[in-house]
Amino acid sequence: MFDPGILFSSVLNGLTTGAVYALIALGLTLIYGVLHIINFAHGACLMLALYAVYFLKERLGIDPYLALPLVVAAMFVFGYALQRIVINRAGHGKDENILLATLGIAIVLENLALLFFKSDTRNIDTAYSLSTVAIGPAMIAVPKLVAFAGALVVSALLFWVMGRTDLGRAIRAVAKEKEGAKLMGIDVDHVYAMSFGIGLACLGAAACFLLPAYYVNPQVGSGFVLVAFTIVVLGGMGSFVGALVGGFLVGVVESLGGLYLGESLGQIGIFAIFIGVVLFRPQGMFGARA
Amino acid sequence: MSGARLSAQGARQLAGIALFALAVACLPLVTTSGAALNFVMMALYATLLAQAWNILGGFGGQFSFGHALFFGTGAYIQAIAQLQGGFNAWLALPMAVGGSAAVGLFVGALSFRYGLKGSYFALVTLAFAEVFRIVALSVSFTGGGVGLMVPLRESVANMQFATRAGYLWLVLAFVVAALLVTWWLRNSRYGAYLQAVRDNEDAARAVGVNPFRIKLAAIGLSGAFMGAAGAFYVQVFQYIDPAIAYGSVTSVEALVAAIVGGMGTLWGPVLGAVVLHVLADLTRNLFGELPGINMVIYGVVLVLIVIFLPRGIGGIGLSVRELWAGKGRRHD
Amino acid sequence: MTEALLAIDRLSRSFGGLKAVQNVSLSVREGSLSALIGPNGAGKTTLFALMSGFLKPDSGSVRFAGQDITGREPHRNALLGMTRTFQIVKPFAAQTVRENIAVGVHLHERSRGAALQRAEQVAHQVGLAPQLDKPASDLTVAGRKRLELARALAAQPRLLLLDEVLAGLNPQEIAEMMPVVRGIADSGVTVLMIEHVMQAVMHLAEHVWVLAQGQLIAQGSPAEVTSNDKVVEAYLGHGTAARLRKAAAP
Repeated sequence: MFDPGILFSSVLNGLTTGAVYALIALGLTLIYGVLHIINFAHGACLMLALYAVYFLKERLGIDPYLALPLVVAAMFVFGYALQRIVINRAGHGKDENILLATLGIAIVLENLALLFFKSDTRNIDTAYSLSTVAIGPAMIAVPKLVAFAGALVVSALLFWVMGRTDLGRAIRAVAKEKEGAKLMGIDVDHVYAMSFGIGLACLGAAACFLLPAYYVNPQVGSGFVLVAFTIVVLGGMGSFVGALVGGFLVGVVESLGGLYLGESLGQIGIFAIFIGVVLFRPQGMFGARA
Repeated sequence: MSGARLSAQGARQLAGIALFALAVACLPLVTTSGAALNFVMMALYATLLAQAWNILGGFGGQFSFGHALFFGTGAYIQAIAQLQGGFNAWLALPMAVGGSAAVGLFVGALSFRYGLKGSYFALVTLAFAEVFRIVALSVSFTGGGVGLMVPLRESVANMQFATRAGYLWLVLAFVVAALLVTWWLRNSRYGAYLQAVRDNEDAARAVGVNPFRIKLAAIGLSGAFMGAAGAFYVQVFQYIDPAIAYGSVTSVEALVAAIVGGMGTLWGPVLGAVVLHVLADLTRNLFGELPGINMVIYGVVLVLIVIFLPRGIGGIGLSVRELWAGKGRRHD
Repeated sequence: MTEALLAIDRLSRSFGGLKAVQNVSLSVREGSLSALIGPNGAGKTTLFALMSGFLKPDSGSVRFAGQDITGREPHRNALLGMTRTFQIVKPFAAQTVRENIAVGVHLHERSRGAALQRAEQVAHQVGLAPQLDKPASDLTVAGRKRLELARALAAQPRLLLLDEVLAGLNPQEIAEMMPVVRGIADSGVTVLMIEHVMQAVMHLAEHVWVLAQGQLIAQGSPAEVTSNDKVVEAYLGHGTAARLRKAAAP
């Protein structure tokens, strides 16, 4: 139906987008896996990070890739504080309360952005924004390639932290058995906040990779929320591998969907996947929880 | 209504509803200020949204984050029935209500059949709302992104009133209907079953309650009232588009007002809607027409309520007592 | 010979590799008060779940009141006359004791007013009358157990499955609760109880089944069952029966 060159190009583009999606989903998975919170504010926090990257470039001239450590650190601190100060107090022992609290945060962030930055869509111009690289018959934009590589590197870093460091072990302990971890002397509140911070730090990295090839406005967050959740449920709640694989899958589906159905209708493919998975196979591909 | 109990408390509640209806209905007779009537009308409209959400969320315990789904469907049916079907507005109304109830039953049947609860259910409702929004954007008979305009043809026969009073009475009728349904939920076997399912589904099943049917009826009712609100919106503003119909603003308004006022109560939604509406108006007077400021306030209020007053303003007595007894925080 | 009220035939259920219930058959006589005992993890609660419909069996059948109810939903079984309580109590926390019990009453009573009134009577039956208008979350453990019992009773069951209704109660509370259970049985309700509190089993039950590792290992009167070697070993370990006899021998 479409010539193989266009198809190939679409799939490749989907994969590059998918890598960034995976990074976003990894943060969400970490937060869910450890705190058992469905972080509704994930999209809004990404939007926040995107604006941070934007302003660092526009006001201070810092290139997004160079701003990476700064944005990641800032998002980590923001996440840590947010969990410790707000979300932790909202629990009252009921999941619904936390859900509502994160919804509230999302609403506040999104509309504060609307208030302060207006609804205009903004993007940045970098020296390499428009350069492309030829891979076979496809022309891939350089920023997207960098995003792909960068997202994979950060994901690998995350896997390393979770698997090889003391912090990672503590996090996994709390995720598996909170009370036992407490008895072992692990400061659970601190671990919760660290996990949330790392989850948002992933968003910081994702924002640095995303902005050069994308844009930001106050509403982008909500666009990403459902995509991120689709990936997480598709991959299996709490599964890192699932988030990675799911990210690539969704990226490709979105790209192909856009190709065949047009930009907006193509989005429906993602929601259809979400609804389908949640209804018929809630454990996703790799998930343990139903 | 068989099964409804007329106890002293129940009778008191009914009297309260009657008083409320009478008092508000008389408002246009004591003031002709367009601004005042408009304020009350919009407050009632917000109340209707909150009441609709309260049926499924407060009484049923199923939190929907995409309640605009039913609102938008009702609105579009109201508009399309008139524009393309040539139907009279009053005939379009039951179609709008019925249509949104049907969508509610559809989403409910899917979700509850597969045992969706909590966050998953919230997300699925949001996903459906988004799907409908995208479809509305892309399809021609909804007017696409441009939306639909219902032409001005002022007459009672067309459900378009010359003064705010007419619209006020219209939305008041819906609000009173919702109050009566909520009263029925508080004083009937069905309502007892719905709350039982909310509080502990397994325990309810063990004594003969069919959770699927109970929840399905609730989402249908809830959807119906949202549809009425949507139809009302179209009649007042004579315009609808995908963003207004299925966007998150309406979903959030309904949810926050119901929670702030106190879920699962008779007057909670009224209280919450009025408080938020007053807050929004105050903000507008203080800061002018700032885009998004309303929603910021709603979001902040939501977070504050969840942290400090999880039972809402209406449940303030209970929540303070719980806090005092130390039943505060608990992870997970 | 009249058919038993509840008859399960070779009921089995596994979870992954774990055989929770293996080929269990038993029949409960109408009007009896019997007990299901066994060490922790024996599969007793799983058996209750299979009987009442909360779990579907892998194989085997459940017959109740002359009908095959295998795999039927719990609410349908409640309508037929089988209700159960839960090991970890499940009160409708936000509602009052009266409202809690009324939900049970409503199975056979449409009118809200009548249901609330009848709830009061049931509350008297189990000794909860003073707490009628308190929220369920205010009750002590013993109170919640009574509430659990009252709610199941309010649904006018023919068969009442009680899952460790005495667990977590102190001796005084147990002594107060036992006559309540006896009273329920005397009023014509067939009772099958899972219990660990042996004094209750000995005093109340006419017939006892013993479950261990998912299998029925013994049945009979309380005296027979407690002097059965296999039963002793299931609780206390292999060889214990012989050791005990040796220790008791002069």
